[in-house]
Amino acid sequence: MTTLTKTEGERAPSGPEAFLSVRDLRVRFSTEDGIVKAVDGLSFDVERGKTLGIVGESGSGKSVTNLTVLGLHNPKTATVEGEIVLDGKELVTATEKEMEKLRGNKVAMIFQDPLTALSPYYTVGRQIAEPFMKHTGASKKEAKLRAIEMLDKVGIPQPAMRFEDYPHQFSGGMRQRAMIAMSLICNPDLLIADEPTTALDVTVQAQILDLLKDLQQEFGSAIIFITHDLGVISKMADDLLVMYSGRAVERGSVREVLRAPQHPYTWGLLSSMPRLGGDTAQALTPIPGSPPSLLNPPSGCPFHPRCGFTSEVSGNRCSGERPELPAGRGAACHLDDAQKSTFFIEQIKPRLG
Amino acid sequence: MSDKLTLPKPQGPVDGAAETLLSVEGLTKHFPIYGGFPIKRKVGAVQAVDGVDLTVGVGESVGLVGESGCGKSTTGRLITRLLEPTAGKVTYAGQDITHASRRQMAPVRSEIQMIFQDPYSSLNPRQTVGTIIKSPMEVNGINPKGGVENRVRELLELVGLNPEHYNRFPHEFSGGQRQRIGVARALSLNPKLIVADEPVSALDVSIQAQVVNLLQKVQEEMGIAFLFIAHDLAIVRHFSQRLAVMYLGKVVEVGDRDSIYNRPRHPYTHALLSAVPEVALDDETEDRERIRLSGDVPSPIHPPSGCRFRTRCWKAQDKCATSEPPLVQISGNRENHLTACHFPEDPTTEARDADIVLDPALAALEKEGE
Repeated sequence: MTTLTKTEGERAPSGPEAFLSVRDLRVRFSTEDGIVKAVDGLSFDVERGKTLGIVGESGSGKSVTNLTVLGLHNPKTATVEGEIVLDGKELVTATEKEMEKLRGNKVAMIFQDPLTALSPYYTVGRQIAEPFMKHTGASKKEAKLRAIEMLDKVGIPQPAMRFEDYPHQFSGGMRQRAMIAMSLICNPDLLIADEPTTALDVTVQAQILDLLKDLQQEFGSAIIFITHDLGVISKMADDLLVMYSGRAVERGSVREVLRAPQHPYTWGLLSSMPRLGGDTAQALTPIPGSPPSLLNPPSGCPFHPRCGFTSEVSGNRCSGERPELPAGRGAACHLDDAQKSTFFIEQIKPRLG
Repeated sequence: MSDKLTLPKPQGPVDGAAETLLSVEGLTKHFPIYGGFPIKRKVGAVQAVDGVDLTVGVGESVGLVGESGCGKSTTGRLITRLLEPTAGKVTYAGQDITHASRRQMAPVRSEIQMIFQDPYSSLNPRQTVGTIIKSPMEVNGINPKGGVENRVRELLELVGLNPEHYNRFPHEFSGGQRQRIGVARALSLNPKLIVADEPVSALDVSIQAQVVNLLQKVQEEMGIAFLFIAHDLAIVRHFSQRLAVMYLGKVVEVGDRDSIYNRPRHPYTHALLSAVPEVALDDETEDRERIRLSGDVPSPIHPPSGCRFRTRCWKAQDKCATSEPPLVQISGNRENHLTACHFPEDPTTEARDADIVLDPALAALEKEGE
């Protein structure tokens, strides 16, 4: 299990097993309309060989966090504060050259849309072989053999022939397989998968997810899996971080978070999602309103304008005071633990069918 | 094409209770491909839709599911006559509209409306919300009681938007709100049938439910029939009483909700259902069958002969390549549950003794792991 952190904002020495640890990360973009707080005080750890799932809606900061880990943000517009430690190395202050050595080597990324992530100008094979040549100093020939081996591993038929193909000659599922081959070619210790299956059909998605899981067992990489789909995350992740408005609102193991969620936002996500085994006579319970603007997020708990449980908290703490995310398993919510479990069992669970 | 083979008797509405509003027989759309130099000739055709039979009863909600490229959107567009069918017949309220002219279509158009997938590109950014919603009424020369503007405000309120926002532009609204504007526009002519093409797939999870609930309310309260096109099986299940599963331009299975989701017979339906990632809220959900197909959907330019699913099917035999299975009620199916398969599966979705893993890479990795 991922070692879950101490209270956000507090500097916790990363344990020996935490391979990536992010502490109090803040990412701000200055725009014409003001400063966008895309990530606002986020801490998490990822352990070797484990998968951390990050769920959240669009604009919750999940992608920005991971682009920052890879140093792919635009330094001209983004200010990054906090700490990102990868295997003992501080990344926030690392130079571009140092980051280049890491990217594709120790840390690799799989993007959402494989058509835009692959260059249409170069053959698929060349793009897969490139990071291997760059990071290991292998010759073109060695890199080609390695790339063909990887293509075979991810299930591209006739890999030697397909090596010479261009991305447009691949189908969507095959492109995503090629992306996976590219990201795994240097045996990365950390793989960041940003909505890797959102653009794919369900049957292909199921193949790719299983493939990623099986490859992880073989390669032993840690994976950060970003998605908006709770169903996908329940299949993939060991630990789960629920993000809302640039902050983590709940974390724990997947089992804990999905079977006994504590945050009203997680409740809302679960009950707004139709299920194959659910009761069709029962209307879905959507979360009212829409996600907040990151330009001026609501005061206190960012979820309070959409939350149905603010009246259960005494005083105006929900709108006045920002709840902290406790260490380990927990949720950033002012409801006390007894309330959290009673509300879930009495009001939310029956709706899930 | 072997259209004749796939033409079963047109299915009646469920229990004969509801009157048929729309019926489609042998609907076919081939998009020609031109090539050659200097004179471009037709060198082939994308067989997007190939002999689809479907009925929608009055006030009924029918779901159309399938993966991208299976022709579900094209079917929707053919039904609304945004595309001209290559062959087949579309009957709306007893009237053949397959090749109806513009003038003949005019009265029908106001009764069949469409809701599009992308709320960002389906609204004109230069028009105010009021103009967007009232333009169908103006085009059709409808003058509702109390004036057009009043009606627009009514509609805005109905779909859960503030009527005061009449003069705002689409960019001032969020995705979910824009989709509500799309719904209001579709409702402005009091349609009898709405073709909703992936109406919620562009929206965030928490917003999807809002729009699904709105559509459900509209359907139940106003008695509007829906053809709900989507790839998300869980949402379709929630919304539709009857479903058609499409694969490569053909309907492979039709039936009521319970038959399709709990007693599927076609291997493709099995594969599709087993691929849906479900949140495991308790240990029960773990007992579903696991089927992993190999590769992607073949090209609709050269679809496989016989049964189109045979290239990815684990039960395929020689017969599947030579003869196309008709869409019929096979033994063991309930009434109105039709399946186009020579070797149907058992009607259950429970876990099997051994998973079916056809993907070569996956199979190799899993063998290694054992």
